[in-house]
Amino acid sequence: MEFRLIGKDIRKSFGRLLVFDSINFELINGSSLAIAGKNGSGKSTLVKIIAGLLSPSSGEVIYQVDGREIDKLDWFKFVGFVAPYLQLYDEFTGYENLEILAKIRGLKSYEAKIKNVLERVNLYSRRDDLVRGYSSGMKQRLKYACALLHDPIVLILDEPTSNLDSEGVEMVWAIAEEQKKNGILIVATNEPEELKMCDEVINLDELKLKMKRQIVK
Amino acid sequence: MLSSIWAIFLKDLKSEIRTRYALNALLMFVVVTISMILFATAGEVMSGELLSGLLWVVIFFSAMSGLSRTFVSEEDRGTVIFLQLATRPSVVYFGKLLFNLVLIFGINFFVVIAYLLTMENFKVKSFDVFLSALILGGLGLASASTIIAAIIAKANTKGTLYPVLSFPVLLPLLITTINMTQLSIEGAKLAETFGHLRILFSYFVVVVIASYLLFDYIWKE
Repeated sequence: MEFRLIGKDIRKSFGRLLVFDSINFELINGSSLAIAGKNGSGKSTLVKIIAGLLSPSSGEVIYQVDGREIDKLDWFKFVGFVAPYLQLYDEFTGYENLEILAKIRGLKSYEAKIKNVLERVNLYSRRDDLVRGYSSGMKQRLKYACALLHDPIVLILDEPTSNLDSEGVEMVWAIAEEQKKNGILIVATNEPEELKMCDEVINLDELKLKMKRQIVK
Repeated sequence: MLSSIWAIFLKDLKSEIRTRYALNALLMFVVVTISMILFATAGEVMSGELLSGLLWVVIFFSAMSGLSRTFVSEEDRGTVIFLQLATRPSVVYFGKLLFNLVLIFGINFFVVIAYLLTMENFKVKSFDVFLSALILGGLGLASASTIIAAIIAKANTKGTLYPVLSFPVLLPLLITTINMTQLSIEGAKLAETFGHLRILFSYFVVVVIASYLLFDYIWKE
């Protein structure tokens, strides 16, 4: 299956505030894209647009499978998303959160899959604890488990290693490497080290500088 | 799709049982409101017509205090993205609608039992008419409240906005259900209330279809 993720002239503004303009990219299976920039540069806004959580002010994001465009309502089937602002249900256990997600997604025989992802993020022994009692690092690991549950083609990581210990950081790098084998990896970060996870980089600060220069000219 | 709707309903039900986010407030509201009516009317003999109206006042405000929570709690806790990334917007809408339907029928059941036990003059002569009003009124109340809850969940002034926005939308429904409840006390036959039944059923169908069409735009920014 050939998957293509295309961003065409993406522009986003909130009222009069222009966040970014003219973002273009094209990603296929095996490719990866890092989105860099300072705080407030619009990294999270851009990844939300790519995931379909926000609409761009102009331009478009296109998902294609074997040349056929995917309806925006079905993007969720292809996307795994990890971000600090993604919250889980803290009145449920880690296992229950994954079970709920699997049922909502309509996944078949999900028990083995849940066990697999929980082991992958090293949370299997704490699966029956309420998320309320998890540390911030454990919650971040559970977000990875949620994102990987349906084997997404596009894995989007916003600040991928926030709250994680060194072992957790290694886990993220392993997940990123695995994702790049067959899928698409998108990482939004302001850590120079994390930019190395990806083959291509969009720097939103440089883009803004370029836009300003064009205006001056 | 049906299994996903059911999964969202079960998630909300389980969450409600564990957190009592809406249930406690609802039950307290019903108890307090009925007590207030009893204190305010102590010694007065109230007509069946007046009691019919008061019954729906209790149901309306109880619904206002509880039905918004399905969406407001997701927004407050920041779990909206979890759902947005898991399924289609329409699945979320129908899952939440199902939960609100169960909640409103639970409220109706509790209010009616409390009402029948405490209001001496509230004597229903046509139970089929009364039940039809409760069921169709509940369907309409839940369907309109669900979509309004989805809208106000994005606003800053959720608490005050909900009854203000709901009242004009629910007014035709409330007038019809109050009329039907009065007819049930007067002993009218079900055949005599077909006009009311048609209005209530049409209201439910129109609101659900309009909500289904609009929900995509409300759910995602």
